[in-house]
Amino acid sequence: MIKLKVNNKEVEVPEGATVMQACEAAGEEIPRFCYHERLSIAGNCRMCLVEVEKSPKPVASCAMPVADDMVIKTNTEKVEKARKGVMEFLLINHPLDCPICDQGGECDLQDQSLYFGKSTSRYEDTKRAVEDKNFGPLIKTVMTRCIHCTRCVRFMDEVAGTHELGAINRGEGMEIMAAIEGGITSELSGNIIDLCPVGALTSKPYAFTARSWELNHNNSIDISDAVGSNIRIDEFNGEIKRILPRENDKINQEWLSDKGRFFYDGLSNQRLDKPFYKKSSKLVPCDWSLALKIIVEKLKLTNPDNVAAVSGALTDIETMYTAKEFFKNINVNNIDCRFNLSNIPTSNASDWLFNSGIENIDKIDKLFVIGCDPRREAAVLNSRIRQRWLTGNLDILSLCTPNDLSYKFKSLGDDISSLCNITVQNNIKRFFENSKFPMVILGDSILTSKQGENIHNLVKIICQDLNIIRSDWNGFNVLNKYASRIGGLSVGFVPYDGGMSALNIKNSLKDSKLKILFLIEADDFDVNIKDLKNAFVIYIGHHGDRYAGSSDIVLPTTAFTEKKSLFVNLEGRPQFTKKITSNLGKAVDAWKIFKALDQKISDKIKFNNHSELLKSIFENYPSISNIGNYVAQKWIKTNKKKVLLTSEKNNFNTNNFYQTCSISRSSENMANCVKTILKSKKVKDEFI
Amino acid sequence: MNLTEKSKFENFKFSKENSFLIDNILKKYPANQLGSAVMPLLDLAMRQCNGWIPEAAMKEVGRLINIPFIKVYEVATFYSMFNLKPIGKYFIQFCTTTPCWLNGSDDLLEACKKYLKIKCGETTEDGLFTLKEVECLGACVNAPMVQINDDYFEDLNKTNLIKLLNDLKNENKVKIGTQIIGRRGAEPFKNMEKNKNA
Ligand code: SF4
Ligand code: FES
Ligand code: FES
Repeated sequence: MIKLKVNNKEVEVPEGATVMQACEAAGEEIPRFCYHERLSIAGNCRMCLVEVEKSPKPVASCAMPVADDMVIKTNTEKVEKARKGVMEFLLINHPLDCPICDQGGECDLQDQSLYFGKSTSRYEDTKRAVEDKNFGPLIKTVMTRCIHCTRCVRFMDEVAGTHELGAINRGEGMEIMAAIEGGITSELSGNIIDLCPVGALTSKPYAFTARSWELNHNNSIDISDAVGSNIRIDEFNGEIKRILPRENDKINQEWLSDKGRFFYDGLSNQRLDKPFYKKSSKLVPCDWSLALKIIVEKLKLTNPDNVAAVSGALTDIETMYTAKEFFKNINVNNIDCRFNLSNIPTSNASDWLFNSGIENIDKIDKLFVIGCDPRREAAVLNSRIRQRWLTGNLDILSLCTPNDLSYKFKSLGDDISSLCNITVQNNIKRFFENSKFPMVILGDSILTSKQGENIHNLVKIICQDLNIIRSDWNGFNVLNKYASRIGGLSVGFVPYDGGMSALNIKNSLKDSKLKILFLIEADDFDVNIKDLKNAFVIYIGHHGDRYAGSSDIVLPTTAFTEKKSLFVNLEGRPQFTKKITSNLGKAVDAWKIFKALDQKISDKIKFNNHSELLKSIFENYPSISNIGNYVAQKWIKTNKKKVLLTSEKNNFNTNNFYQTCSISRSSENMANCVKTILKSKKVKDEFI
Repeated sequence: MNLTEKSKFENFKFSKENSFLIDNILKKYPANQLGSAVMPLLDLAMRQCNGWIPEAAMKEVGRLINIPFIKVYEVATFYSMFNLKPIGKYFIQFCTTTPCWLNGSDDLLEACKKYLKIKCGETTEDGLFTLKEVECLGACVNAPMVQINDDYFEDLNKTNLIKLLNDLKNENKVKIGTQIIGRRGAEPFKNMEKNKNA
C-alpha cells in the first residue's frame, strides 16, 4: 500500500494505482473524457489535470502512477485554470449544437463545461468540420462533435476485439474512421454509443425520438440470449425508446450485445393482440371464451398420449411451470423446452449450467471450447474471455468452433469424433496439466447432434478424469443460448414418465400420429412447417412469427416488457423482467392461459395470482428462489460408459447473430443489420 | 496510372529482394512485438510502388507483422512522409521553413511552380514531377534547398533550380548537394573565397 495526501487528506491506495484513483479514494471527483475503468489508459484529453507537489506543471492524473508521500492538490487555482484551459481548447472545434444533439442532457462535455467552460468564446477563426462516417444501421455519427478521446477505438480493440476503428491523420486533421465502409460488424458495437462522452456517436434507431430527461428508466434483464445481461429500458409515452446496459460486474460488466440493445422495435411489429381460430381454413378473430372452449373440447376428445407441448426461446418460468402442472393434471407427458432438439440431459442441474460462473472467467488459466460459437451465442460472455485472454497466461483450445472468436486459440479441428482419438486425448490431458482454474465450455449447439447425449457424457468424463471438477472449483460449463432454456430445465419442462422429447414430437407430427400440438412461443421449434397441418396446432405467443399463421388457434400473450417474469441465466441466476408497458389488446400473460384451461378441465392448480404462483415455484424449486444470485450446484458424477463417437463435422459458423427469436425477427433494426453488416463482413474478413 | 499498373498495386506482394530485407528487419524485434516494424516495412512498400503506398500494400504489411489493417493505416496517415497517392518520377519536397524562407524559398517555389505549371500537391501532366511544400529538412546551412526523391539539392537560386529541373527532365546527369560551384559541403562562404584564391 502507498500512503499519500490528497488535499491534505491522508489516503492509502494499492501500489500501481493512478493518481486519479487516489483522488477518488479521497472523495475527490476528477473530470475526465478519455479515461474509462474498463479500457486501457490513453491520457489524451488532459481534462483530469491535478497539481502534484514538486512537479512544475499540472499532471494528467489518469495516467500518473502514485508514489509514496505524494502531495496532490485538486482544488487549487492552478488546477482550476488548467482545466478551464483544456475545456476551452476542446470547445474550439466543437459545434456547440446541443439543442439538436441526442446526447444533450447526458453528455459529459455538456456537464463539465458547466463547471469549467467559459461563458463566451474567444475564438474567432473558422471551426473545422469533419465528414460523417458510415458506421452502419445502428450507430449514427456526427464526427464534428468528436473530441478524439479514442474510447471507441480502444473498445473495438480491447473489448470487442474486431479492430474496426482507428484514428487517422493527425493534429487538426485527426479523424475517427472505420476500416471498411458499410458499417461496424462487431456484435458489441452499440457499446461505443455509451462510451462516447460527446454526441459524436449516437443511436441511429433512437435518433430524435425523445430527449433523455423525458424518459422513464426501468431496470430489467435482456432475454435475447442466455447471459441475462442487466439492462435499463427507457420508456416514454407508453413506448419503449431504447435499451441500455446496466452495470453488473458479475454478469455483463457494463456491456450489452447489439441484439439486446436494438431489437426492441420488434416489440411493436407483427404483434398478436387478439385470439384467433381457424374457420374454413382461415384464421378469424374471436374472443377468449370461444378459443378456450374449442381447446377444451378438443382436449377432452383426444388421448393424452397424442397431445404434446413445446416451449420456445423467450418463454418465462411462470408459463412453463403452470403449463407443466396443467399437462400433468391431464396426463400429458409429451412436453419439452428443448425446441432446438438438443439432447442435453435433463436430470441434474450441474449438467446444463455454466457451473464456474461468468465472473470466474476472470481467473481461468486454461480454456477448452467445444461445439459452439460463443461470439455470437453469448457475445458479452465471449468478450469477457477476450479480456481475460488479453491480460495473458491463458491458453485456449477449441473443437468445432468458428475461427473468429476474437482471441487466439489452438483448434483441434471441426470433427467432434476426434475427442475419442488417443493422441487428441493425450493432448488435452497435457493441455490441462498444472492448471489451477481449468474451464471447459460445451455448447448446447453441438448437443443438438444425434449423439449429443454421448458427447455430453464424454466431456463430463474428461472433466472428471482431468481434475477439472474439484471440491472448490467446477470447470464444466454448458453454453446455452436461449433465455428460457435454463428455466425450462430447472422447473422440469421436459418429457417425463416416458413422454416424447421434442425430437420425437417432431417425428410423430411428421407421421401424423400427433393430434394436438401446443406451441408456446416456440417459433424456433425445428419442424417442417408443412407438417403442422397434420395436427391441431395451438399457438401461444406474442408475435405472428413463423408458426402462428399455420395454427388452428392463436392465443396472444405479453412480451417480456409487458410483464414481470422470471428468467434464469446460463449460470442459474434467477432474475426478473419488469412490466413497463401495458398489455397489447387482449393479450394476457401466458401462464394465465394454462391456469384458465386447468380451471376448465381438472381444476387442480391452486395459485390464483402471480405472487402465489411464484411462491409455489420457489417452494418446489428453491435453487432458483434467490433472485439475482446463483447457488453452485452439486456435481453428479457420471457412471455411464464412454460411447465411441462417429465422425461429424461442424464449426457452427453460419449463425445469424441478429435474428434468433420472434422479437428480433420482427425487428427492422435487426433486418437492417443482416442486410448491411453481414454483407460488409465479407469484405471485412479479408481486411482485418 | 493505367489499368494494368493499377491491378499490379491491387495484388501487392513484396519483391524477392524486399522480402529478404524484411526477414532481416523482423529479426530485430521480439516475436510478439513484430508490429513495431511497421515503419520500415511501409518504407519498403513505398519504394517498391514508385513512391506511394497503395491500400493493398498496407494490408500486406499488416499481415506480415500481425497487426490489423486499420493500425497500419493509422501509422501511414500519421506521417506526412508516407505518400498515399501516386506521385511523379521526381518527388520534389520544397523546404519553406524559416532559414530557407529567409534565403528566398518563397520566390523559388513560385518560380518552380511556374516552370512546372503545377501547384503544390500536384503532379505534372507528363508524370515526371510532383511538388510538395515541407518543413525544415535539416540542411539549413545550405538554404534554400529541396529534396528530390532521396537526394538533397542545396544553395538554390532561380537559375540553378530551373537548370536542375531541366536536367532531370532531359535525363542529364545532375550534381547532388550544393549547387554552387566551388562550395564544398557546408563550408563558410569565406573559405570558398579563400579556396578560390589559393
Ligand atoms: S467518436 Fe466519441 S468515443 Fe470515439 S474518439 Fe470521438 S469522442 Fe471519443
Ligand atoms: S482522463 Fe486523463 S487525460 Fe483524459
Ligand atoms: S529550413 Fe530549410 S532545411 Fe532547414
